[in-house]
Amino acid sequence: MPQFYGTTVDSPLMLGTALYPSPAIMAQAFRAANAGIATVSLRREGGAGQDFHRLIKELAIPVLPNTAGCHSVREAVTTAQMARELFDTPWIKLEVIRDDDTLCPDVIALVEAARLLSDDGFQVFPYCTEDLSVCGRLLDAGCQVLMPWGAPIGSGRGLNNPYGLRSLRAHFPDVPLVVDAGIGLPSHAAQAMELGFDAVLLNTAVAKAGDPVAMARAMALAIEAGQLAHAANPIETRDMAAPSTPLFGMAVLG
Amino acid sequence: MKITLNGETRAVSGPTVQDALDQQGLGGAKIATALNGAFLPAASRAATMLKDGDALEVVAPMQGG
Repeated sequence: MPQFYGTTVDSPLMLGTALYPSPAIMAQAFRAANAGIATVSLRREGGAGQDFHRLIKELAIPVLPNTAGCHSVREAVTTAQMARELFDTPWIKLEVIRDDDTLCPDVIALVEAARLLSDDGFQVFPYCTEDLSVCGRLLDAGCQVLMPWGAPIGSGRGLNNPYGLRSLRAHFPDVPLVVDAGIGLPSHAAQAMELGFDAVLLNTAVAKAGDPVAMARAMALAIEAGQLAHAANPIETRDMAAPSTPLFGMAVLG
Repeated sequence: MKITLNGETRAVSGPTVQDALDQQGLGGAKIATALNGAFLPAASRAATMLKDGDALEVVAPMQGG
């Protein structure tokens, strides 16, 4: 099971809490997925926050608050500080966005914010790209986990750059790696785990599915399959066929 | 005095942030605060005086991905 900042979580499936048809379906999806971590946010209090807080506590799993929607270092740092107090955790999923069409991380601001927060005692989970240099800078800044995107948030496109993610895995063999965002199908999640990633973080693919509870279960099964496959050391791909049935002993018939 | 509370102008008597939260019915809620863009820890609310034109942000746990 994945370990983040010394804490072992019960499942490599990290699940978001947004966009479900109802709070009850959200809770059922979490149970069906046996999710290890719940991601949450904080927003202006309009009355709904107190009920949501109770619902989250009932899930009884670690909570990872995010800085979703932040576009500057200052916004992200202040949001993280509020989240730490509100959720009583040093964990923060750090998002600093520059472009609203792709929700691509602003990696320059991300590294700066990661350094400020790490120095202040936070345990930062940075939502980043798969760029080796950026990821190296994030580790230098104090991060002990990396969360590269598979594809833009909510796009459901899967792993846009499997080569880059495989390189990242090879380059940082001892750093917990999470594919965060872009997962649409269980096969995408399985692929991330087959590449040797430690966990997958997803939300929209489950919450916006026609049957979120069934999709949550499907994701959990796919992640388990991918994890088993990686541990089983898959064969290398090749260009030419290689017969699996022995040729030796074949009857001469023609 | 008039402050901005979550983007809306509100008349509050204060004088502290905690007083203003109490007056808005948020005194006991699970919330976090920022004053003029900077984090204001819960422990500091009762000792932080509000002034006219301050911007107070009050946030609560919410759904997120």
